[in-house]
Amino acid sequence: MTVRAKMRRVAVVGAGITKYGKRTDASLKELAFEAVKKSLMDCGLEISDIDASVISVANQYLAQQTQPGAIINSYIGMCPKPSFTTVDACGSGSAAIRAAWMSIASGLHDVVLVVGAEKMTEIDTPQAIEYMGFAGDPLWELRPTGITDAGLYAMFANAHMEKYGTTQEQLALVAVKNHKYAAMNPISHLKKEITVEDVMKSKMVSYPLKLFDCSPISDGAAALILACEERAKKITEKPVYFLGLGAATDTVTIFEREDLTGLMATREAAKRAYAMAGIGPSDIDVADVHDCFTIAEIMAYEDLGFCKKGEGGKFIEEKRSYLEGDKPVNVDGGLKAKGHPLGATGVGMVYEIVKQLRGEAGPRQVKGAKIGLTHNVSRDGTHVFVQILGVDF
Amino acid sequence: MSQDEYCYTTNTKISKFFDSLDAGKIMGTRCRTCGELYFPPRAECPVCMKEDLEWVEISGRAELMTYTVVHVAPKRWNNFVPFAVAVGQLEEGPKFLAVLDDVDHKNIKIGMKLKLLAASRPEGYPEPRFKYKFVPI
Repeated sequence: MTVRAKMRRVAVVGAGITKYGKRTDASLKELAFEAVKKSLMDCGLEISDIDASVISVANQYLAQQTQPGAIINSYIGMCPKPSFTTVDACGSGSAAIRAAWMSIASGLHDVVLVVGAEKMTEIDTPQAIEYMGFAGDPLWELRPTGITDAGLYAMFANAHMEKYGTTQEQLALVAVKNHKYAAMNPISHLKKEITVEDVMKSKMVSYPLKLFDCSPISDGAAALILACEERAKKITEKPVYFLGLGAATDTVTIFEREDLTGLMATREAAKRAYAMAGIGPSDIDVADVHDCFTIAEIMAYEDLGFCKKGEGGKFIEEKRSYLEGDKPVNVDGGLKAKGHPLGATGVGMVYEIVKQLRGEAGPRQVKGAKIGLTHNVSRDGTHVFVQILGVDF
Repeated sequence: MSQDEYCYTTNTKISKFFDSLDAGKIMGTRCRTCGELYFPPRAECPVCMKEDLEWVEISGRAELMTYTVVHVAPKRWNNFVPFAVAVGQLEEGPKFLAVLDDVDHKNIKIGMKLKLLAASRPEGYPEPRFKYKFVPI
């Protein structure tokens, strides 16, 4: 594995996020504007101070336009500065961050804006499910079988339950935790605390996953301003540095995979991120992981090295991923309850980690958090991004 | 969006796979150079980068690795819920994803024996060209 260190350090200097949820009041570009404005106000910069932008959306079907990045970049007043767009399903936000990081680390730009945005609720749910199903390889997945994203994760869940004895109640506990923290987060889509019984009684989506095992279909946007170390120190007293970035890929179809109980690409991306940061899983104080479905968070505990393979169910049962636990995970509510506006998700994860590491997370603050991790997945693990952030104040 | 707009598989080097389904056969490809078996079939071998592959019939005998029963479906599949989808490992080695039919959903078990069949899909199925499914044996 090659880890090149001769690059400039990069920090997040500004972060902004919109309310996630059913946003009938705003269009895609207006959501993006809200988040960008907040990120600029967060660090006292103006749009003219930004050298370039990277815009993230999940796909063009959901956006109902084929160049959504251009529309957003233009509306936020970035012209004539350079911009490009990442379109990488649910991991698109982290792909954008990675691209922005590369452009600064390499010396091409000093200050780069990352915007992730999605408008999903304008399309009816079965249509949105079908558009999302066109990720992966539709030739061998969606078209012959009608399989959904929930269906793919349901297949991981059934394999995990069969091999490790994980239970549907343990899956439900992930939803209970994430709803609890979402209720404490002002920007969350779902604000209601729920019980294991609520989850078990909710409508079957794709056996064994029920409605409350699934993240909602959300609108929302998030924005980050990244800067090289020299500029970051002038812009803010609390720069949050990227310590490690790992990315990895897996086969586009689920049936080509060796392991159906976890995501190989998460393990691979985590290995790279930990190596680059020079730390291990035990050093992580707080994590935001890709819980598009409850089983996904259980697999993430295992694949990120927070617990042994097969012990993810026990990990949540022992409340180790609660705020008071030894490894707080998704204490912002996660995709599960904070919401999952696909293109914004990876950007919103870093927003949360930045707030945590600056000590600005309010009642959800992990005390003394210095190192945080984000884990963002495209579809069923085709592309995975792991980022480790840290502070030295 | 009409079905035609989704069709981008009409022209492919593996058309024989779809044509063989009409004849009731499940076909894969094998690289004549390195011997690697591909199912679903592909026309190019990524192991040795050769394009010299031969068509071979697949037994269809498989074991269920994992499955789900879809209750909330994509728009064009709404009329078919609930339906089961399974990953089966073929006797020849490769795994494959297909609808699992002719089974009481309560009786689906990981490890059960399956057969991948060339079989027509029900009336109104959004993708009539994909005529195959797993059934229990």
